[in-house]
Amino acid sequence: MKMDLVSTLKVLLDGTIVTVELTVISFVIAFSIAIVVSLAQIYGNIPLKIIATVYERILRSIPLLVVMFILFFGLPSFGIRFNPFMAAILSLGLCSSAYQSQIFRGAILSVPKGQTLAAQSIGMNGTQIFVHVTLPQALRFAVAPLTNEFTIVLKDTSFAYALGVTELLREGTYIVSTTYEPLLIYLLCAAIYFTVTFSTNTVVRRIEKRFALPGFEFRGERA
Amino acid sequence: MKVLQIKNLKKRYGEKEIIKGISFEMEKGETVVVIGPSGTGKSTMLMCINRLTEPDGGEIYLNENQITGSKHPEIFRQKIGMVFQEFNLFNHLTVLNNVMIGPMRVKKFSREKAESIAKENLKKVGLELQMHAYPAQLSGGQKQRVGIARALAMEPDLILFDEPTSALDPELVGEVLEVIKKLAREGMTMLIVTHEIGFAKDVADRIIFMENGEIIEEGVPSLILNNPSQERTRQFLAKFMEGR
Repeated sequence: MKMDLVSTLKVLLDGTIVTVELTVISFVIAFSIAIVVSLAQIYGNIPLKIIATVYERILRSIPLLVVMFILFFGLPSFGIRFNPFMAAILSLGLCSSAYQSQIFRGAILSVPKGQTLAAQSIGMNGTQIFVHVTLPQALRFAVAPLTNEFTIVLKDTSFAYALGVTELLREGTYIVSTTYEPLLIYLLCAAIYFTVTFSTNTVVRRIEKRFALPGFEFRGERA
Repeated sequence: MKVLQIKNLKKRYGEKEIIKGISFEMEKGETVVVIGPSGTGKSTMLMCINRLTEPDGGEIYLNENQITGSKHPEIFRQKIGMVFQEFNLFNHLTVLNNVMIGPMRVKKFSREKAESIAKENLKKVGLELQMHAYPAQLSGGQKQRVGIARALAMEPDLILFDEPTSALDPELVGEVLEVIKKLAREGMTMLIVTHEIGFAKDVADRIIFMENGEIIEEGVPSLILNNPSQERTRQFLAKFMEGR
């Protein structure tokens, strides 16, 4: 059976929606976990620091596909079952949270020590310093590496293929199996990944420019 | 009334004793200038006064209330302004917000009230026209004047100056020193660490000469600068004159 281009694109679009859902949901989960982990690593007491660091080191050392297989095929042995979509989201979220925690840690530590001293000198307490001085500056440092991480998560959603999630790549493969046009279809998939990634970068770049600090370097350009 | 009393202040980093038991007092409205060779604990002493660095021994009182040992040093810090060598302005805030943030966030004043306090103090340091600029757009001298305005906005009982002109180009030093002189005339209580001997002579009610974590001698400027009683003070001043 030959499929025409319109219905092919329609199927691929369905897959793209699933891919974007996987990306956004797992990225948000990862973001929330990462903030907690990075705060624990920087400001936590010794046990918290150890727990956060162990979490981050382990997840950064295990391939995403292995995490997916453990969650999806392994955990049912303990009676914990996820559907493929949930397992994929959790795996992507956990792995990305470890990377993002290091982005936040770096960003927070990039805020010069003098900023904290100055804030202390006018009588701010620890929370006020974090909210009004450290965080607003750290977020600006974090935007560029976070965008990068977002595109990595987006591309890594293709691993969900292995669990049977009908995301973009799997939809593409279904079409290939009926059309026998692997080159064309996979090139189409690639084009869609490229378009989503490229437009995300463009949008973020605009946001970044909007919040850039006058006089400060912005990716090598003056704002 | 004594604004500041320091009794036998000590601070060590590891094995090295940076401050070896310093004591002195400051009256309200007094300007005291601390001079001495680099690395003799002058800046560390300032940081101990508002406990940005924790002292290892001794007692410090602000208006006869003990700072050392208090569980809430931030309450004292609201009344002790600090001006840094490296300015340390908040990079992400405009000049106006840099000065407002203290009254608004720490003293919980309304935005309107904080803004009017900030504008008043920016006017005092001659920067009301730059209030919407960001720190990175200012010259060093302007940055330091914002630093002074930020300290003033908290209406402190005492301001600590940690080498306020050391990071400035020579032609920008004057504008900052003028502002400090003006504050001295208005009766602000100030403790100033500086290498500007000429300025010390003009502005100080009293000069303290520090070396190796100790006060070697103190007195009125004419006495310390023209007729020091200690050999070490003489040597330091002689080196200084040579360098000029």
